[in-house]
Amino acid sequence: MPVMNMIQAINSAHDVMMDRDPNIVVMGEDVGYFGGVFRATEGLQKKYGRSRTFDTPITEGGIVGVAIGMAAYGLRPVAEIQFADYIYPGFDQIVSEAGRMRYRTAGEWFLPMVIRSPYGGGIFGGQTHSQSPEALFAHVAGIKTVIPSNPYDAKGLLIAAIEDNDPVIFFEPKRIYNGPFDGFYERPVTPWAKHPAAEVPEGYYTVPLGKAAIARAGNDVTILAYGTMVHVAIATAEAEGIDAEVIDLRTIVPVDIETIEASVKKTGRCVVFHEATRTGGFGAELSALVQERCFYHLESPVQRVTGFDTPYPHSLEWAYFPGPARLGLALKKALED
Amino acid sequence: MKRQKERPNRPALALHVPEPDARPGDEVDFSHIEIPAAGSVMRPDVAVAPSEIRDLAYTLIRVLDDEGKAVGPWDPRLDPETLRRMLRDMMMVRVYDDRMYRAQRQGKTSFYMKCTGEEAVAVAAAHALDREDMCFPTYRQQGILVARDYPLTEMMCQVYSNAGDKLKGRQLPIMYSDREHGFFTISGNLGTQYPQAVGWGMASAIKGDSRIAAAWIGDGATAEGDFHNAVTFAAVYRAPVILNIVNNQWAISTFSGIAGAELTTFAARGVGYGIPGLRVDGNDPLAVYAATSWAADRARSNLGPTIIELFTYRVEGHSTSDDPSVYRPQNAGAKWPLGDPLERLKAHLLGLGEWDEERHAALLDQLGEEVRAAQKQAEKQGTLGNSPAQDIPSMFDDVFEELPWHLKEQREQAIAEAGAKK
Repeated sequence: MPVMNMIQAINSAHDVMMDRDPNIVVMGEDVGYFGGVFRATEGLQKKYGRSRTFDTPITEGGIVGVAIGMAAYGLRPVAEIQFADYIYPGFDQIVSEAGRMRYRTAGEWFLPMVIRSPYGGGIFGGQTHSQSPEALFAHVAGIKTVIPSNPYDAKGLLIAAIEDNDPVIFFEPKRIYNGPFDGFYERPVTPWAKHPAAEVPEGYYTVPLGKAAIARAGNDVTILAYGTMVHVAIATAEAEGIDAEVIDLRTIVPVDIETIEASVKKTGRCVVFHEATRTGGFGAELSALVQERCFYHLESPVQRVTGFDTPYPHSLEWAYFPGPARLGLALKKALED
Repeated sequence: MKRQKERPNRPALALHVPEPDARPGDEVDFSHIEIPAAGSVMRPDVAVAPSEIRDLAYTLIRVLDDEGKAVGPWDPRLDPETLRRMLRDMMMVRVYDDRMYRAQRQGKTSFYMKCTGEEAVAVAAAHALDREDMCFPTYRQQGILVARDYPLTEMMCQVYSNAGDKLKGRQLPIMYSDREHGFFTISGNLGTQYPQAVGWGMASAIKGDSRIAAAWIGDGATAEGDFHNAVTFAAVYRAPVILNIVNNQWAISTFSGIAGAELTTFAARGVGYGIPGLRVDGNDPLAVYAATSWAADRARSNLGPTIIELFTYRVEGHSTSDDPSVYRPQNAGAKWPLGDPLERLKAHLLGLGEWDEERHAALLDQLGEEVRAAQKQAEKQGTLGNSPAQDIPSMFDDVFEELPWHLKEQREQAIAEAGAKK
């Protein structure tokens, strides 16, 4: 089976779907001839022509608004927002238009569209190339939000997102595009080639939206994570010698409540873990869900491990990043209490 | 303050805040508005380079003269049947508006918006477009639906949010949607439809279709980023789209000067993007028809988008929630020098000998009868708050194609709450 990194897997998802469905068009800043600043759309323009893969003006509001019009026509646009940090000019079109189109027309118009965007830090991107805004989208009715953590899932989830008949925000953890960075930033990152999830089928397959994966089975504490943090969680559990169960949520809306509940009821302890800022983060939602559903199984308070409520600092990146040290302390607290 | 004292030779800066010529109590004076004679503006070939027709953005394309005669190169030379149909549609919109306005005042719905004086910008444009073209309207183009024979009862059920409302009571009254009649769902967030229309047009071009898109926006909402986003996309990809700007000069209480109209025209926005901008007498149905046809021909010939500024006047308040007498002189609309689009088309037909007062009066009666019958039909299915019990679980339909677990739980909660109340 071919071995792919996440970029290659995402590129392959586009290729497979564009080949299968002539209604799929790909657009965004620098995505055409150049193939995207992260090369996720490389080769698509050459293969499928300029009218199906093209560069757009630098107007995220325009990209989203135009994608909505295309989806209303009957196409399936896949739009790239170059960095999640740039998505805000398109926020009104996403929140007020895309999220509500099916609802406000009682199903007369619906929008099969995907907005892909690299997110997250750990790349010395400073405060405008490092943000994790997933909670803003999780809060919006009518939008699904998907975050893969490895090449196999990235391709399968992106294909499922493209086939979905509702708008999907697809956030790609750019820190792990080339390898499963585990938070131990002083160590070299092993490339994806050595990871089992880098074995990616050439052709079509899907990973269903709304289904979590157990990334590491364990018995003593549940870690709820997604994106880069899945790998940080696994590495931290191993470094600390803790028998943690790591749940890779993969989709945060709709979240896979069954898998979460089953795991927390088994372990009796839970740490929610994300890179985004803490207050009002998706971790708050996870913590509330666990408390509502697993209260009598909990043996200690739910711990939240997150980025701090500051903008993402450039020079102090590793002091900000919720790495193994922060997670390790929280795991111990969850186990000791 | 201190800094200014340190620079005594420099004048103090002063902020300019535009203010309309007249406020309540003042005499309305429209004499400063330049109105070129009907027929005086040239009509270029659609293949003209936009750079050669920049002056069309600063004039006013007019066809009907003061006597109601159609003159000049923009005369679309419509047959009497089409003219009568356009008159009928505009009259129907006005009768319908009056009826629904009254229904709101009677407490049958929460909200209504009339388009008095602006009937031509929707009706004439709809007649100039193909039936298959997709319209992306604002809330004041109900004339498109009337021109495309959308059933009045359907419109009224939407206004009443009643059991017959196909939008399940989810939208504010007048935010119609009908895919089959080429009428895109209206948003209350202004300007959002503009890039969507461009995207629809681009999709049509990608698929090698022959249908085009037409969008409408108000003068006020041209200040939204979506306007710039849309026109940039439209210009770059030469999208087959007509970008109408309905300049009715009022955005609720804010006059068009606050949207930039003191310094230039709205049609002139096109100049900066390199696309044609036509400035049109929006109360002249034949000029609206002609400009729309010209822009549609360009779009269908892969020559790209056109901006059309429809210069008109909002005769009534913004909505039933608005009282214009507190911010502008009363009856300003009656003094609008470009007149009433219905009266102008009627005068034209009378002049042609294709219409008479008896037929006009009979038609008005007949339209009133149709509207009353439709209203009776609609009210059988209830009015707002006085409708067969809303189906509470339906609140959760159509958020997504399939109901996810968290909405299923919330639906159960809503059903339980409703049961507990009883």
